[in-house]
Amino acid sequence: MAERLRADLVLEYPFTRTTGPVIGAFLTGLREGIILGIRRPDGTVLCPPTEYDPETSEPLTELVEVGPQGELESWTWVDPPRSQSPWDQPHGLGLIRLDGADTPMIHGLLVDHPGELFSGMRVVAQWRSERGGHIADLEGFSPQESPGTGQ
Amino acid sequence: MRDIAVVSVAQHQQKALTDTTEVELMVPLINRARGAVGLTQDDIGFTCSGSSDFLAGQAFSFVHTLDAVGAVPPISESHVEMDGAWALYEAWVKLQIGGVDIALVYSYGKSSPGSLRDVLSTQLDPYYLGPLWPDAFSLAALQARLMLESGTVSEQRLAEIAVRSLNGAADNPLAVRSSAGATIDSVLAEAPIADPLRPSDCAASADGGAAVVLAAGDRARELCERPAWIKGIDHRIDPHQPGVRDLTRAPSARKAAAQAGAGDDRLDAAELAAPFSTQEHILEVELGLGPHTPVNASGGALAGHTMMAAGLMRIADAAQQIHDGRADRVLSHAASGLYLQQNLVCVMEGE
Amino acid sequence: MSADPSVPPAALSGEVRMPEKLADVEPVRSVRTPIRLEYDFVPGEASAGYLNAFADRKILGQRSPVDGAVLVPPRGVDPRHGAATPEYVELPDTGHVGGFCVTRLPIPGRDDLEIPYVSAWIHLDGADIGFLGLVAGIATSEVRMGMRVRAVWKPDEQLGRTAENILYWAPTGEPDIPVTAAGTNAWHAKQAAKEQG
Repeated sequence: MAERLRADLVLEYPFTRTTGPVIGAFLTGLREGIILGIRRPDGTVLCPPTEYDPETSEPLTELVEVGPQGELESWTWVDPPRSQSPWDQPHGLGLIRLDGADTPMIHGLLVDHPGELFSGMRVVAQWRSERGGHIADLEGFSPQESPGTGQ
Repeated sequence: MRDIAVVSVAQHQQKALTDTTEVELMVPLINRARGAVGLTQDDIGFTCSGSSDFLAGQAFSFVHTLDAVGAVPPISESHVEMDGAWALYEAWVKLQIGGVDIALVYSYGKSSPGSLRDVLSTQLDPYYLGPLWPDAFSLAALQARLMLESGTVSEQRLAEIAVRSLNGAADNPLAVRSSAGATIDSVLAEAPIADPLRPSDCAASADGGAAVVLAAGDRARELCERPAWIKGIDHRIDPHQPGVRDLTRAPSARKAAAQAGAGDDRLDAAELAAPFSTQEHILEVELGLGPHTPVNASGGALAGHTMMAAGLMRIADAAQQIHDGRADRVLSHAASGLYLQQNLVCVMEGE
Repeated sequence: MSADPSVPPAALSGEVRMPEKLADVEPVRSVRTPIRLEYDFVPGEASAGYLNAFADRKILGQRSPVDGAVLVPPRGVDPRHGAATPEYVELPDTGHVGGFCVTRLPIPGRDDLEIPYVSAWIHLDGADIGFLGLVAGIATSEVRMGMRVRAVWKPDEQLGRTAENILYWAPTGEPDIPVTAAGTNAWHAKQAAKEQG
């Protein structure tokens, strides 16, 4: 029998998306090295910020600075790294609740070994030197060396 | 409300469809589902399908699969980029509206040509999460650790769910992963694939499809000796951003089950379409399934998960148990989105 | 939420409140989020049969079990009836132009195409439907519906399991098929005759 036929099929979507004011504000903050959350009417803060209140669908408008330190709520280890992710080394993935925020965000954890990770640990944001307003302007989070002082 | 029943089902599932197009997969299934109750496409008042272009790598890919239906003369048709369970919901609504007595529903997924674990990243919000390309297993692992460390579930319980699937699938020809000899110890001995999830916690990916015929009232009684009457069907959704949700729960599943009347009476079987053991556990709690209801007795979605068809396959599995007289009242479930974001519950009864 | 429907919601109005230190920076308004998906594409049984036969300079169709119509390329099904088509039919490499289009724009990746070129529905002798092909070896102004054509194949040593084996379709010089019997006109005439008789 003849060898099975196959062909490479590659789909590319080179999207540029408009952000709107809320997501745009968050990405502006990242470009400037600042993480923003958004305040709900009850005073709690969502990070990353959503445009509407998840319970009432009220528009949300008040952006507030959070982090750059926070607490790891959950984690896993990604090895090998996924091909299109911003990371080219094995890394952690975590639910990180930043100081001043009431909800966690998902981002990378920059450690060499999963043994360095535990829920409840203090972490701090690490920034790329070149930033343009993208979620990967944040390189990820690494263990906070001395609690309370940050970087 | 009209009485509407599942009167015929056909399914196929295997690890990878390497020599078969989606059309070639669906031609025999659709013909089997229609033929078993003596129908041709001319008898079908409405046709609805579910599939995803991101699996096929082709825009509007569903239009090709209509070749398997036969659309001459032109048919009344619709499609959802959803699991076929939602196509069934649309068909059920169409039958409720009236003017149509018989509907054909089908769905299929052939994810083997791509990396489903990564393709699923394209369902994430495209600003905060999508560009990080977190794969499906890693995201589920974050939920699993939250559940384990908060005491929502134990490793032992997750292993029990995995073993239930592996053992139950042993006699199921549609399952792509089974093991009659699997034990809690053997599952706990597996190395994690995405810590703390083990391979047996993650559904075995499969290619396949299902076709289902729905009929209303007396037409259903004419076509089928023991129709599986849809007594309640509902679908609900939670917010998309995972941070704003309690990931150890699925409120939308609970609400859908309540709306569908799941708890009104004893259930002889429950077929759940959770892609992870952790999520199967959440569903058991949210749907209020007691110890007397067998859950995924033939392996369920963990033993073979066909993206876009896993939910319709659960409905087909549950309806088959009514048709065969093995059960009188069954629950089936379908899910889509990250962390069981969206849930559909369908309760069926025999007469 | 505002009771006045003419007032857009705050998030659409753009009046978000930023912390002081970000008040004067240029806001981000768009972000690039490219997606690349790679697939290992495999043909089905019918397409594989069709492509494999090309290596032997053969063109395969399939016969409808419903009315005997010969469909090319084969897709494993008669799409009118949803009926499986297991029977293959070997077709000749001659036919006629059922319809055509003269194109004066280049196709990316096909630098070998001379502009203008003619793409046509080729109706093979013995087939009931046409398939797409390139017509060459004739001035574009001379191409016409009903014109008889034959496949021009790549040299034997270059044949592969691909429809690219046919370089183009060239006129045979035989008399034309009447337009009323060419292309889909033939199909419709046949269907009408069937319905009457």
